[in-house]
Amino acid sequence: MGKTATRDAYGKALAEFGSDERIVVLDADLSKSTKTSTFAAVYPERHFNMGIAEGNMMSVAAGLAACGKIVFASSFAMFAAVRAAEQVRNSICYPKLNVKVAATHAGLTVGEDGASHQCIEDVAVMRAIPGMTVVCPCDAIETKMAIKAAIEYDGPMYIRLGRLAVEDVFDVADYTFELGKGITVKDGKDVTIVASGLMVQESLKAVEILAKEGISARLIDMHTIKPIDKDILIRAAKETGLIVTVEEHNLSGGLGSAVCEALAENYPCKVKMIGVEDKFGTSGTPAELLDMYGLTGEAIATKVKAALASK
Amino acid sequence: MDSSKLNELKLTAAKIRRHVIESIAAANSGHPGGSLSSTDIITVLFFDEMKIDTKNPSWADRDRFVLSKGHAAPAYYAALAMKGFFPEEDLVTLRKTDSYLEGHPSMRKVPGCDMSTGSLGQGISCAVGMALAGKIDKKDYRVFSILGDGELEEGQVWEASMAAAHYGLDNLVAFVDHNNLQIDGNIANVMNPNPVADKFAAFGWNVISIDGHDLEQIKSAVETAKTVKGKPTVVVCETVKGKGVSFMENDYGWHGVAPNVEQKAKALAEIDEYIKGLEA
Repeated sequence: MGKTATRDAYGKALAEFGSDERIVVLDADLSKSTKTSTFAAVYPERHFNMGIAEGNMMSVAAGLAACGKIVFASSFAMFAAVRAAEQVRNSICYPKLNVKVAATHAGLTVGEDGASHQCIEDVAVMRAIPGMTVVCPCDAIETKMAIKAAIEYDGPMYIRLGRLAVEDVFDVADYTFELGKGITVKDGKDVTIVASGLMVQESLKAVEILAKEGISARLIDMHTIKPIDKDILIRAAKETGLIVTVEEHNLSGGLGSAVCEALAENYPCKVKMIGVEDKFGTSGTPAELLDMYGLTGEAIATKVKAALASK
Repeated sequence: MDSSKLNELKLTAAKIRRHVIESIAAANSGHPGGSLSSTDIITVLFFDEMKIDTKNPSWADRDRFVLSKGHAAPAYYAALAMKGFFPEEDLVTLRKTDSYLEGHPSMRKVPGCDMSTGSLGQGISCAVGMALAGKIDKKDYRVFSILGDGELEEGQVWEASMAAAHYGLDNLVAFVDHNNLQIDGNIANVMNPNPVADKFAAFGWNVISIDGHDLEQIKSAVETAKTVKGKPTVVVCETVKGKGVSFMENDYGWHGVAPNVEQKAKALAEIDEYIKGLEA
């Protein structure tokens, strides 16, 4: 199994599915980083650089979508989801237009660029907008199939992608992506870990560490954060009695919050939320940052054990 | 423009102004000043220019209209109703919970409305997107948009202006309703966006400056815009906020306040008097 950044898989997927002439891709002077340049190399006539003006880009995307286009608008998560949040809300989501905000460089693993570029609020902001679908794939094949689903889905969608190359979780042959349906990566009976994005890979390491200590942990890849898969969560709560959420995002309004909302209303269960603890990021290598913020497989395993001790 | 056509358009504009006053009074909220200053531009676009089909509002080849200054919705709704997109008697349901006539335009609720607007600065960008789609699809439809002059204080307007010129969107015509007033007062005192024409020229637009209440000048500007290739056109329209209702004219206090019963009667009497003159 190889290593691929989800942004790379995104660019390739756009190029692969780009023969659909309704697809138009916008970028804000970051096409080599967001990898929309991969689409531009094949379909230059349907790739438009909007310059460093993300607010305008989102509203232009809305105008294109109102004329029947399937629009992918890309920038870093910080500028796509947070800087341009109001344009995404009013120009795109309020009229339910067919725009996919595909944001790369989400989370701490942006790395050396530091806190100004490490977006840990995007899921909260996008999730709060009525009618917005929020997807955060974990590896190359999941990203590819999420982009395929995004093209087929008529409506606004936020797609959270990463900069860092990450291990493949899934085999191409037996992978199926269904919007709004979590995937059980590993079954287990003592505790359920729910993760998205590259926290799926870290959680998988945690599951292996826990297994060595005789703890059977279930791992759910919650690639669609909104609408969240309530059924898989309720089942996990009933069967394992403890849920641990893991996200590369501030612990406010993200995956953990979404899981808590779903369980509190349907099947109250103890939940331990792992993520960024209301702090900004800082410069460093992605590996250093994951360690510093307690988001490695080892750190997750330790926190799961502590939660199990008080189950 | 022959005199009978001109008279007919003047009558249409006066009827739109009548609806503006009646609907805002019925809602007891809304924006009369900027609706009345935009009325003549809207009149020419909807009744003497745009290719639209009330029986097929989503016709792919239609001209598009984006009211970037979405608070002028009462004038826009009146034009749509008078074109036949929905019944004129519904106009007085403006801003009510059981009405489709939102305080600011919603493309998902209002028949004939091409884009939801209201948050200033965004509509012109949406219009840029529509014009770009026209270029991609090699269609010859045109996109029209009306901006407020206070709206020009939004940075996004200039992002959109840069993009429109960069992509040579000669199928886009923006109008600036330059009435010189915004909620807090005179635009020059609140945050001066002047000189408007020079700014758009510097951004690479074809600029036409006119009297925004002269229907023939508005029509002529739209015709001139068709002959300009490779760049978008902006029509800077000198207008009077509250135009057509003497006690509302040039008074920023009428930006977002509804007339009471007496004021409504007085305004309608003035407009009716004007209509009587046109019909005579």
